[in-house]
Amino acid sequence: MSQSVMVYTEIRNGVIHPVSYELTAKARELADKLVCDVCVVAFYDTLQEVPEIFFAYGADRVIAAQDQCFSLFNQEIHTKVLSEIILKEQPQIVLAPATTGGRTVMPAVAGTIHTGLTADCTGLDIEPESGLLLQTRPAIGGNIMATIKTPNHRPQMATVRPKTFKIPEKRRVSGVIQPFEVDDSMKQTAIEVLEWIPLESGSENIQDRDVIVSGGKGLKRKEGFKLLQQLADLFQAGIGASRPTIEAKWMDYPHQVGLSGKVVSPKLYFAIGISGAVQHIAGMETSDLVVSINKDPDAAIFQVSDYAFCGDLYEIVPKMIAVFSGLLSDRIDETESEKHVQ
Amino acid sequence: MKIAVLIKQVPDTDDVKLDPNTGTMIREGSGTIINPLDLNAIEAAVQIKRNRINPCSITVITMGPPNAQFALREALALGADQAVLLTDRKFAGADSWATAKVLAESLKKTGGYDLILAGEKATDGETGQVGPEVAAMLSIPCATYVTKIENHEENVVITRIVEDGFQRQRIHFPCLITVLSDLNRPGMPTLKGKMDSRRATLITLTAGDLDINPDELGLMGSPTRVVKVTTPQKTRKTKRYSGNGVEKGIVELAEKIKSSVLNR
Repeated sequence: MSQSVMVYTEIRNGVIHPVSYELTAKARELADKLVCDVCVVAFYDTLQEVPEIFFAYGADRVIAAQDQCFSLFNQEIHTKVLSEIILKEQPQIVLAPATTGGRTVMPAVAGTIHTGLTADCTGLDIEPESGLLLQTRPAIGGNIMATIKTPNHRPQMATVRPKTFKIPEKRRVSGVIQPFEVDDSMKQTAIEVLEWIPLESGSENIQDRDVIVSGGKGLKRKEGFKLLQQLADLFQAGIGASRPTIEAKWMDYPHQVGLSGKVVSPKLYFAIGISGAVQHIAGMETSDLVVSINKDPDAAIFQVSDYAFCGDLYEIVPKMIAVFSGLLSDRIDETESEKHVQ
Repeated sequence: MKIAVLIKQVPDTDDVKLDPNTGTMIREGSGTIINPLDLNAIEAAVQIKRNRINPCSITVITMGPPNAQFALREALALGADQAVLLTDRKFAGADSWATAKVLAESLKKTGGYDLILAGEKATDGETGQVGPEVAAMLSIPCATYVTKIENHEENVVITRIVEDGFQRQRIHFPCLITVLSDLNRPGMPTLKGKMDSRRATLITLTAGDLDINPDELGLMGSPTRVVKVTTPQKTRKTKRYSGNGVEKGIVELAEKIKSSVLNR
């Protein structure tokens, strides 16, 4: 069946990234409105799961391209193979993760096959009268939401940030696995992958954390981040930082939250000593719960906070640590007592 | 060696204030700047040129309104050798594909670049799509999120930072690279550079100079269309605490965290 909704999945070192399931489930929802099938594309060398796992999240078909050329990420090969599959399958929609991989491969595909691509969508739906994909994304630093259509070009393509959509319960359904042979011409590349250097543990991507503790220039000195680390340790939180602290070399670039750094959306975000430049707010305002501490009562960050503390962060943070560690030890006690009951 | 740097003039977001009633940006009174990551791209080109024995030229290119010439002049002052302004009312309203189309054709027209550099994304549109789209239209490889460039005669060895680590790749010329701010620290223009750039002659190209089908230009030629713009409702009800209220606030916050964040 043609006219499918296609998902370009993300598989890193043999592990399927959860965003792949999030997008498969979203594709299912869109495909049900369009009455068409969901086709998942998986590029991998080794796989810790079986490709059939995608059926549980709504895929009808999995195009499985297993080849050694996918052992280390090569954006040129991904672009060629995905473009080839899209031209052959003629899907009406392609969804892809807005990760460094998806945000590299998808625009290259769009340039190759001449169609539109909408980056970082936070909402996707089908317009009932036209059957067109409605792609909603934040624009101008998240101050407005723009709804975008791709009226005349196919497929309609969108990237979506991880954790934008929920992963549903697994279903017991079956589907079709279609092996895809990567021929040698697609493996010709001007890119030689030399080395893969994983981040040290503890410095993993802050975008994957449920809690982020961020610091700004209000810390006044680099050592202020040590205090934030104590707060972060209570929640196994990641450390974020505003652009000025990165420029002052208080913290490394992978920790930068904002337009020119990472856009994060954790369950709990602490903005400590951050005044709230538009460029920073755009990087964190979709967080579930925002807590800020600033000595300036007019700080812009307070406008996007649920809990705003006005005062000296060096007084407030230690108090928070004291109260929260009590809270967390209560919780451990509860879990312990539950174990005893069992 | 020929290097091209693609740049964009953007509103100075550090200047921009939020309107507390509408939640939109107040652009009036804010200046324009070269997109910050494009400054890193310019600096990378300048460093490559400085470290090469063989001749090397840097061409900086932008698409925009006539006043985008100021961004180009700043780039010249920073060390670019020549500047190309792509300006035409027909380019207006271009999405990332239609922007990339104009840039790609201008690169073909002015010709023969070994290395094309650009910032990973611009602070206004922030799609990050134009670089890889240009590369695809030129049928050359592209590396994104680059934090290190080691330059060789026939290729570059780049380090790109991704979610869970770093990739080192050797890429043969011609290629396109989009860079992050970790790459370098942008230089400052010299006084002489500033003076010279004011007098410099820019190359101006319009739609008629480029080999592009008229229906592939600007808004008309854009595959994507913005059909609706809404201002999101600011749904947060901010609870404020100060002075003696702080401790009470922390306890309330702790209850909230316990019930909503930890309780899953």
